[in-house]
Amino acid sequence: MSTMHFSKNINNVLHLADSALILAQRNSEWCAHGPILEQDIAITNITLDLIGQARNFYQYAASLINSTNQKNETEDTLAYLRTEREFLNLLICELPNVDWAHTVVRQFLFSSFQQQLFLALQENTDDAIQAIATKSIKETNYHVKWSAEWVIRLGDGTLESRERTLNAIEALWPYTGEFFTNEPTDMMDVSLLKKAWLDKITNVFLEASLSVPENIFMHSGGKKGVHTEHLGFILSEMQYLQRMYPGAQW
Amino acid sequence: MSLIDLEKSFQEKIDKEIKIEPKDWMPDAYRKTNIRQISQHAHSEIVGMLPEGNWISRAPSLKRKAILIAKVQDEAGHGLYLYSAAETLGISRDQMMNDLNSGKAKYSSIFNYPTLTWADMGAVGWLVDGAAILNQVMLCRTSYGPYARAMVRICKEESFHQRQGFETLLVLSKGTKEQREMCQDAINRWWWPSLMMFGPKDSESTNSDQSIKWKIKRKTNDELRQQFVNMIAEQIKLLGMTLPDPDLKWNEKRNQYDFGEINWEEFWNVVKGNGPCNKQRLAARNKAHDEGAWVRAAAIAYADKKKNKTTHKAA
Amino acid sequence: MNINIRKFYYGDIPEENNVTSLSQNSKTEKEWPLWEVFIRSKQGLDHKHAGSVHAADAQMAIENARDVYTRRQEGISIWVVESKHIHASNPEDADMFYEPASDKVYRHPTFYDLPDEIKHM
Repeated sequence: MSTMHFSKNINNVLHLADSALILAQRNSEWCAHGPILEQDIAITNITLDLIGQARNFYQYAASLINSTNQKNETEDTLAYLRTEREFLNLLICELPNVDWAHTVVRQFLFSSFQQQLFLALQENTDDAIQAIATKSIKETNYHVKWSAEWVIRLGDGTLESRERTLNAIEALWPYTGEFFTNEPTDMMDVSLLKKAWLDKITNVFLEASLSVPENIFMHSGGKKGVHTEHLGFILSEMQYLQRMYPGAQW
Repeated sequence: MSLIDLEKSFQEKIDKEIKIEPKDWMPDAYRKTNIRQISQHAHSEIVGMLPEGNWISRAPSLKRKAILIAKVQDEAGHGLYLYSAAETLGISRDQMMNDLNSGKAKYSSIFNYPTLTWADMGAVGWLVDGAAILNQVMLCRTSYGPYARAMVRICKEESFHQRQGFETLLVLSKGTKEQREMCQDAINRWWWPSLMMFGPKDSESTNSDQSIKWKIKRKTNDELRQQFVNMIAEQIKLLGMTLPDPDLKWNEKRNQYDFGEINWEEFWNVVKGNGPCNKQRLAARNKAHDEGAWVRAAAIAYADKKKNKTTHKAA
Repeated sequence: MNINIRKFYYGDIPEENNVTSLSQNSKTEKEWPLWEVFIRSKQGLDHKHAGSVHAADAQMAIENARDVYTRRQEGISIWVVESKHIHASNPEDADMFYEPASDKVYRHPTFYDLPDEIKHM
C-alpha cells in the first residue's frame, strides 16, 4: 500500500471521527439544560453514543498513523491538538443548537445520513471500519427513530413548534448537500446514499405535513477543512486544557 | 379507628421496621416532611448537574468527557427517581419544579459554590459525592418505601461517582507541578463546604428529632459528619495532599479525628441565598424550564391530536 | 366523631386537582402524564416494577423508560402503563384479603411428612 493511499485512508477515518465528536460537543450543551428531565437524559445518551463512535474512529486513525510513520498519536492528540483547518467534520455538526427544533431536525438529517453510510460501510473491505460501522449502526438506528419522532411531534404539534421546525429545516437544509458530494475524504461513493436518505426524510416530513425544500443552494467545505466561524470557538473551548498544559496527563 | 389509634399503630410499624407505602395511612406531618425532604433531595440532584455540566465542553480527554457526561446524566436520573418517589405522596413534579424555580424550595447549598478548575471535578466527585453517599446509604433504610427504593437504585449507580472523582485527583497528584497545585487548591476550596453539607450541628437542627423518631433519617448530622471526616482524613494520605484544617488530628481517646470549627456564618449566608452562585444556578434552571415550555406543550398537543384521530377511527 | 382523614391513592390520584393544598400550583401548564415502568431484566424472567417516567404518549414513555432505566443494560423488554390506570388494593383490607390464607398450611409442600427414601417428589 502506498503512503498516499494510506494518508487518504487516514483522512477518511478522521472525517468520520470529527463529525461524531463535534456533534457530540454540541449536543452535550443540552446536558443539564434540556426541556424536561427525561429528554435531557435521552439526548445525552445520543451524545455518549457519538463520543463512543468518535473514539473508535480516532483510535483506529491513530493506529494507522503510528504504523506508517514513527509517531505517537492517540485519540486525544487527534481530537485535542489538531487545528480548525485540520478538522474534517461536516459543517452541519458545528452549527449552534439554537433551540430544541434545530437540535432534533439536525439530529434527524445527520443520523439518517449516518445510517445509510454505516449500512454501506458494514460491507467495507477494511475490517476495522466494518466492525465500527456494525457496532455504530445499532446506536444510529435509535437516533434516527428518536429524532424522527420528535420532528413529527414538533411539525404537527402546536403553531409555535411548527414554526420553529420550519425555521430549523430552512436553516439546516443547505448543509445537507455536503453529505453526498464526493471528496477525497470520503471512504466510498457517498452520492449513492442520497436516494435512500431522501426517501426516509420525505416520509417523515410527509407525516408531519412538512415539505422537503427543493433547489436550495448548498454549502460545503467541511470535508476539506474549510469551516464556518463556529468551529474555532468550539475547538478553543474543547482543547483549552490540552493546549494550556502541553504534555500533561489527565 | 381514631386519629390517636392510627398514629399509634403507625409508630408501631415504624418501630418494627415495617416500611410505609403510598396508600398506607400516615400523619400529615410525616407526609409533609417526606415531601419536603425528597423534593429537596431531588432539587439538589438537578441543580447539582450545573457546576459539573459547566466542565463538559472543556474536559481534557475524550475518556474524561464521556465519564463526566455519564455522571451528570446520572444525576438527572437520580433527580427523576426522587421526584417520582415524592409524586407517590400526592404532589406533582410540576409543583415541585415551580417551587424550585421560584426560589421557595431549598436544595443543597454546596452547589452554590463555583467549579473553577478541572481539579474541581475531582474534588466534587471525591468530597461532595463522598459526603452525599454517607447520607444516601443511610437513606436506603429510610421508613418511606418509595424513597428507600429510589435510594437503593441511586446508591448502586452512584458508586462510580466518588471513585472517578478520587481517580481524577490521583492522576493530578502525580502530574506536573501545576496539576498538583490545582489539585491542592480544589481540595482547599471544597473541604469546608463539604463539611457544611451535613447541615447544622445537632444542637441547632430543628428537623432532626422527629425525623429520627420516624426513621426518615437514621443518623444525626454530627454523626455523619464525623464519619466523613474519619474517612477523608485517611484517604487524603494516598493523594499526598493536605486538608485545610490546622486542628485536624487523630484523637486516641475518642478513636475519632478531631477537627476545627465550621464557619457557620458562611453556612447560613449561603443557605439564605448569598452564596457565590445562588442566583446563577436558579437562573439556569429557570431558563431551561421556560425555554422548554413550548417543547412540552407541543408534545402534549401532538399526543392529543393522535388520540383524537384514533378515537375517530374507532367510532 | 367523624375524622376526616385525607387519603392518597397512588395511581388513582384524580388528574385534576391532585392535592393542591400542599402547594399552590402557580402556573397552568399541562404536565406530561406519569407512567409506571416495568422491565424484564432477562429472557425468561417476569417484568418487574422499575420506577416511573413522564411522557406525552405511550411510545414516548417506552423510549423514556429505555433512556432512563436501561442505561446499564438492566433490561431487554419494557412495559409501560399510565399510572392512573393502575388500581391497587387498600391497606385496610389487608386483614380480610391476606389473613385467611395464613392457616391453609396444607397448601405448602412442606406440610407433608414423607419418608426420605422417596425420590423425585
